[in-house]
Amino acid sequence: MRIHDALSGFVLALLAIAVLVTVSQYPPTPGQNVGPSAFPGLLGILLLGCSLLLIWRGLRGERQALVRLGDWTRSLPHVVNFLLVIAALLFYIFCANFLGFIITGILILSALFYSLGVRILLILPIAAGATLLIHTIFYKLLRVPLPWGLLQGMHW
Amino acid sequence: MDFMHLFGAAFQLVFDPYVLLVMFCAAVFGLFVGAIPGLTATMATALLVPITFFMPPIPAIAAIVTATAMAIFSGDIPGALLRIPGTPASAAYTDEAYQMTLKGQAETALGAGLVFSAIGGLFGTAVLVTAAPALAEIALKFSSFEYFWLVILGLSAAVFIGSSSVLKAVIALLIGLLVGCVGLENPGGYPRFTFGNTELMGGVSLIPMMVGMFAISEVLRFVVKTDPPARMVVKRLGNVFSGMWALAVKYPAAILRGSVLGTLVGIQPGAGADMASWMSYAVSKKFSREPEKFGTGHVEGIVESGAANNSALAGAWIPALVFGIPGDSITAIAIGVLYLKGLNPGPTLFLNNPENVYAIFLVFIIANIIMVPLGWLAIRLATNILRVPGNILMPVILLFCAVGAFAINNTVFGVTVTLIFGLLAFVMEENGFPVAPAILGVVLGTMLEENFVTSMIKADGNLLVFFERPISAGLGVVTLTILFWPAASWLVRQLRARPAR
Repeated sequence: MRIHDALSGFVLALLAIAVLVTVSQYPPTPGQNVGPSAFPGLLGILLLGCSLLLIWRGLRGERQALVRLGDWTRSLPHVVNFLLVIAALLFYIFCANFLGFIITGILILSALFYSLGVRILLILPIAAGATLLIHTIFYKLLRVPLPWGLLQGMHW
Repeated sequence: MDFMHLFGAAFQLVFDPYVLLVMFCAAVFGLFVGAIPGLTATMATALLVPITFFMPPIPAIAAIVTATAMAIFSGDIPGALLRIPGTPASAAYTDEAYQMTLKGQAETALGAGLVFSAIGGLFGTAVLVTAAPALAEIALKFSSFEYFWLVILGLSAAVFIGSSSVLKAVIALLIGLLVGCVGLENPGGYPRFTFGNTELMGGVSLIPMMVGMFAISEVLRFVVKTDPPARMVVKRLGNVFSGMWALAVKYPAAILRGSVLGTLVGIQPGAGADMASWMSYAVSKKFSREPEKFGTGHVEGIVESGAANNSALAGAWIPALVFGIPGDSITAIAIGVLYLKGLNPGPTLFLNNPENVYAIFLVFIIANIIMVPLGWLAIRLATNILRVPGNILMPVILLFCAVGAFAINNTVFGVTVTLIFGLLAFVMEENGFPVAPAILGVVLGTMLEENFVTSMIKADGNLLVFFERPISAGLGVVTLTILFWPAASWLVRQLRARPAR
């Protein structure tokens, strides 16, 4: 996904302005001329300058679409894969506590394996095996309190 | 403490069954990750960090050092056999190695990669061992002015070396520095850019961010890859060590040149093993007696840049240990680990914990030595490693990343950070914004601001104070020259062009 330099410059300029506005409301450190706003303020000004330069360079260069999508966006399976990776992490963020790590892990791996074309018969065993391996490493060896969720009653 | 005593203490720290076991596991992990195309040495480090988080400092650092050394070597394996570099550091001579494979010399290509990687790595280590303590003595006298210039110098080097667009590298750096501003940790102790979120009070956690930028982005690139899988051309490999002594006798200058150049490039902030290997390959071709053979399956370039990319790894640790300024993305992650472990990098580390510093040196030596037998094993098993299917590996890595990001603070907020920065890095790389300056910006942001603000308060409006002390003045002049060089040379070209019109 290639974004036109002028467009990324525009977005970055907006970010820089947002930073400058936010920073301008920070209270000064009493008795000193450099407070918490000095450094990010300087960065904001530099970023604004750079993004204007990027816009100028983008407009001067050859004409092209504002957003040029990569080859993979024209192939449905690849788009699904991409979205599935993001969805997997979102699913983890929102459901891991309720479902517990083991169920979440097996579901995420099975969905991705299926989408990436792993043989159907292998999906569940490998997903379960890998999840249990990661669980053992982190829960048993490193003592990370991974959530048990629905499996709370049978934790080991 | 005298030198022998120190080494004795370091010896005890390293030759502990636990540390050695960790190193062995890290070595196997590094060889595996490096050999799989799409999994880089930086990613190996990012994946290791959540685990090292739970270890004492020396095994944690030992794991990172060992895994990266192995991964940089084993990146040569798929380069030679599949014509796909396993890590970017092998990309410079992948075509050369593959040509050798087609000529039936795969074992020579891989053997040269292995043996001269180890030699380059040991050379870089020797420089690290001698230069770092000496530099630390000097660095003890540094005040906030010197540190300010040093950080700026490091960041400008990161921007100018190894990026195709300086402007985009500067923008990446500024974004990194702004990310580093998030949280309470600033001279005023004021919560900045936290959006009222308590999780952001302590700043954006470094480890989940690194895992996102170096691992999640790589997983995303894998799932959208449309290239067909590569085919292996060899079934069986001969003895990788045969003929290595002859090569060492034939190309001593190349080995030395590669090691020296690699170490120097490694010391430069922002330029790591991949840069060292590209530059060395070019230099090797330039100085070779048979430059016409380059590109047709000639081993000379592999010898030189194989030595260079591993020596760069050790070189990158010099500024990291002495000043806390990372030489590449790997040491940027390692510095984060050092801080977490209470071993704050800087000259005082050499004063207060010298045995830890010497232990790190020892780890480098051991890692480069065990690379030879383990690397030999990896080459023997290469055909099996390369058959590990990516469509199983990548989802498992994804789940591992999620757990790793969770494990640092035991909150799912870490996973959110991982997701956001994974997407950010993916979009950045697609659009030619380099990721390394952003990481350096985040790691160095706090240090830069601290020294900037302290210096500004000390200066009290008189900016000439920044140049008053001799070292500070020297660093300042060098930094400003590097910073304004492109602008000045552009101006000179414009002025020269004008009368012609």
